[in-house]
Amino acid sequence: MRFVDAITRFLDERLDIRPLIEFAGEKEVPRHRFEGAYFFGGLTLFFFMIQVASGVLLLLYYRPTAEAAFESVQFIVTRVPFGWLVRSVHSWSANLMVLSAFAHMFSVVFMKSYAKPREMTWWTGCLLLAMAMGFGFSGYLLPWNELAFFATRVGTDMVSKVPLVGDWLLRFLRGGEDVTGATLTRFFGFHVAVMPLIITGLIGAHLAFVQRQGIHVPRGLEDDAERRGGMRFLPNFVLRELVVWLVGLAILCGLAAFFPWELGVKADPFASAPAGITPEWYFLFMFETLKLIPGMVLGIEGELLGLGAFALAGVLWFLIPVLDRRARRGEPSPLFTAVGWFVLAYIVVMTGLSFMGVFL
Amino acid sequence: MVSALYPAFRFVIPPEVAEAPTNTVHAGDLAELPPGSGKVFRFGSKPGILVRTATGEVRAFSAICTHLNCTVQFREDMQNIWCACHNGRFDLNGGNIAGPPPRPLERYRVDITDDEIWVTKES
Repeated sequence: MRFVDAITRFLDERLDIRPLIEFAGEKEVPRHRFEGAYFFGGLTLFFFMIQVASGVLLLLYYRPTAEAAFESVQFIVTRVPFGWLVRSVHSWSANLMVLSAFAHMFSVVFMKSYAKPREMTWWTGCLLLAMAMGFGFSGYLLPWNELAFFATRVGTDMVSKVPLVGDWLLRFLRGGEDVTGATLTRFFGFHVAVMPLIITGLIGAHLAFVQRQGIHVPRGLEDDAERRGGMRFLPNFVLRELVVWLVGLAILCGLAAFFPWELGVKADPFASAPAGITPEWYFLFMFETLKLIPGMVLGIEGELLGLGAFALAGVLWFLIPVLDRRARRGEPSPLFTAVGWFVLAYIVVMTGLSFMGVFL
Repeated sequence: MVSALYPAFRFVIPPEVAEAPTNTVHAGDLAELPPGSGKVFRFGSKPGILVRTATGEVRAFSAICTHLNCTVQFREDMQNIWCACHNGRFDLNGGNIAGPPPRPLERYRVDITDDEIWVTKES
């Protein structure tokens, strides 16, 4: 303890950190019957940190060219000591991060925590989820296997449907007309340099907003929260969060060890798309919906209609804090609760049916 | 500001790479394509697909699905052309008959010389 005191005194004399320590010591997290939902944000951050650490390790061996990418991942999983585990942890942790982010987002929706004055926290959170999905999309191509190749071809082709700038966007994403080694190198750049830079800034802003505004107590639970009293952030909430991280780590290690991530077959741009091609699970609800839309609907291309509908839904979802005027005034807003349940049910049902093979 | 950002903006957009146009390729031999079968071949930098109908006629199309750019394949069990990505189907004339593809596959001309299958893209 004397050593810690000495370090604290050393820093305080130079950086005046005492106010920060006092702020952390006084900070409280509300307690009520849904307080468990508060842990998902931290859990998402934990999986992100695992991503950074395992990603840095993979970088030591990975080679981002069409000729060498598949072989380098093959080398990692077959020859490098614990390479299979590091890659499996990276893949599983990415999925758990997105799952945890979704859970965090829906808990915010149902607790109406997006309402004024927390709109900017919601918006940075939406951008963070989009970035997490972007990480998943760009990382999916990096092993340069068959599934990833066609998933990227389909995914990038979708942007060409954007009116006016579609072709430009397509060339920007692919680094050319088609998915080639240039696309792989470009996605690698996005995945390990551009996106980490952006997401670090967004995480910083998101956390700063949460710290500045404190944690929201949902409407109707104020009495419950008052009766139970707040939980001290340091050390009580932090220790509980660490337990949640430990559980997350245990699940991650179990999945990574018992279900190692498959590498598949090397991509061949001149082979037919294999049967059973699917994107990552969090894109499945969109993927399956696009399958169900006919080629032409009322003279409009079905895919354009589907993508337009998803884009519009995304924009409306992003604007929920503005659209939900009742929540902004602190009144109940059952319409937006119902919208939240509908969106959740749609994603869960379409994803579940896809896993069951209903759309094959 | 604009003068500083413009070069960076242009840098991220890849330059147009002129490609020698491919008009005719040797796509395969009749011996490897029995009636009621198909195969994907290389047509320049793009994939093409050859199908041989049950009556023995050979046809060729672009193998790029008109929906979202996947590479199609011949399904012997269905006797039509199928895209695995979104379950789109085309008949043996390249016509879109089921699923989301909005347009038929582009058709190529087929010439057979001494059992060799030559495919030509007509302008």
